[in-house]
Amino acid sequence: MARCERCDVNEENSRMVMQGRVVVAGEAGGSVLKSDEPLSFWGGYDQKSGEIIDRRHPLSGQIAADKILVIPFTRGSSTTTAVLLESVRVGVAPAAIVTTGADHFLALASIVADEMYGKPIPIVALDRGDFDQIKSGMHLRLGTDGAIECGFLSQNE
Amino acid sequence: MQQKLTDFDQALLNGEFGPAAQMAMHILVRMLPIFGAERFLDIEGAHIDSTVYQGIATMEYAEKLASLGAKVRVPSTLNVSGVDEHGWREWAVPPEHAQNAYRQMVAYQSMGCIPTWTCAPYQTEHRPTFGQQIAWGESNAISFANSVIGARTLRYPDLLDICAAIAGRAPAAGLHLTENRAGEIVLHLQNISTSLQENDAFYPVLGHILGKIAGERIPVIDGMSVQPNDDQLKALCAAAASSGAVAMFHMVGITPEAPTLTDALQQHKPLLIQKVTMDDVRSARNELSTTDDDKLDLVVLGSPHFSLAEFQKLMPLLSGCHRHEKTKFLVTTSRGVAMLAKKMHMLEKLQDFGGQLTVDTCILTSPMLPGEIKTLMTNSAKFAYYAPGLLGTQVVYGSLEDCVNSAVAGRMVRDDSLWQDAKGAM
Repeated sequence: MARCERCDVNEENSRMVMQGRVVVAGEAGGSVLKSDEPLSFWGGYDQKSGEIIDRRHPLSGQIAADKILVIPFTRGSSTTTAVLLESVRVGVAPAAIVTTGADHFLALASIVADEMYGKPIPIVALDRGDFDQIKSGMHLRLGTDGAIECGFLSQNE
Repeated sequence: MQQKLTDFDQALLNGEFGPAAQMAMHILVRMLPIFGAERFLDIEGAHIDSTVYQGIATMEYAEKLASLGAKVRVPSTLNVSGVDEHGWREWAVPPEHAQNAYRQMVAYQSMGCIPTWTCAPYQTEHRPTFGQQIAWGESNAISFANSVIGARTLRYPDLLDICAAIAGRAPAAGLHLTENRAGEIVLHLQNISTSLQENDAFYPVLGHILGKIAGERIPVIDGMSVQPNDDQLKALCAAAASSGAVAMFHMVGITPEAPTLTDALQQHKPLLIQKVTMDDVRSARNELSTTDDDKLDLVVLGSPHFSLAEFQKLMPLLSGCHRHEKTKFLVTTSRGVAMLAKKMHMLEKLQDFGGQLTVDTCILTSPMLPGEIKTLMTNSAKFAYYAPGLLGTQVVYGSLEDCVNSAVAGRMVRDDSLWQDAKGAM
């Protein structure tokens, strides 16, 4: 595994710990679904199944429900918030979202999901360098303080 | 960042103005640091895009606020809903969708909002004025308000616009503040003829280019030789907010914060200067179409909602003609404009042509099109951009004249002469 200077790498079990900025606090764990392409949830996320349905997006066809979705930010329509809120209600939202900046649309959806259903989606923003270290298939654990522990599930749990 | 709440903000938060205002303020306060702001400012109006029905959750959100007694503190217009309240049965809208979308409409109306049900609120009497602080949702309307009018709004996401309307407060951040309204990149029109610039069909194409180049940055358009009208600028805004996230642009000599290029840039150096040539215009026009096929199931006009002036432009083209039996012809508009168009006997003429009218919503926000409609033609870049992904249809972009001629012929007809290089163009 690549070594990140800013991370506390424990060589023994190939785990990294990164410190992110809390956008919406919460604990979560799960496997990573990652893309460097921004995503519009309106027209891009199926709120009935959690499938990525933007056919021009690299994650098209993947199911993001209960995964840690790692994308730099959202693009396009302001209805992204409504789609994500509905996916929380239905139970097909990502377990957590990791981005490169505090995305207003994702944050709002998570905060309203908390107000409405008591189910906020934890969101953490990472520096670009740390963001680039995360790969699809890794297992992440997010703490309420924004710390992200990452490694490969098969080796650790 | 330290939050600086006023006594009024604190009173809202403490529930002194009721539980709905408390919930709205609670959401706003949690969003404040995410916008990088430390205080709120007063707003004078709002436009609510949360009206778009996106499933049970959006209905439950509206009904929760309504049941807590929510009332808006500032004049608030309503964006399109998920259903044409009176006309949905003519189309393929599932009854359950119609029922839920209608419940959501009732909830927002109960909060004291103005039932405009339109994505072109700047073409109603509730058009904001220069310098006003407002909280608007709906991407095309945000762009029009900031750019063409010089009112000030962030890109409010659905669910937040209504909170700002209930509290009468908005985060002091982004485009609300003068220093964040400077142009960042410059697009210079080169050898684009005056006759093309005068034509309505130019503006959706220019907007498509603008959005693609600008992304989220504020672009400045330089080199215009004509003064575009409101409907042309409306088409530009909708296109730029579809292909990009353009919440504001400047047009030198035309939009109010851009008397000169230097003013538009607020004396800063642009990050990028790019030419826009006829080749760029032709390739953008091509990008707005997804098929060369002749077959045509539906011609659709009115995204953003058709204005009275656009109806007046359409009428002479329809005169004495009838659409082909295989091609439907649909205009989407607001109930306000429809009422005036009816008084002016324009709806009769539309009906005589074989055309149909939908109000309060559009083909993108209501599941109204039956499955057999597979190919569309439109003069709207927003319809052209979103229809293939959201509706799974093929689309062809054409001028208003192309659209009517195609509806009559029952197949795609396009006049390409407008898009040739003009001899002797500047």
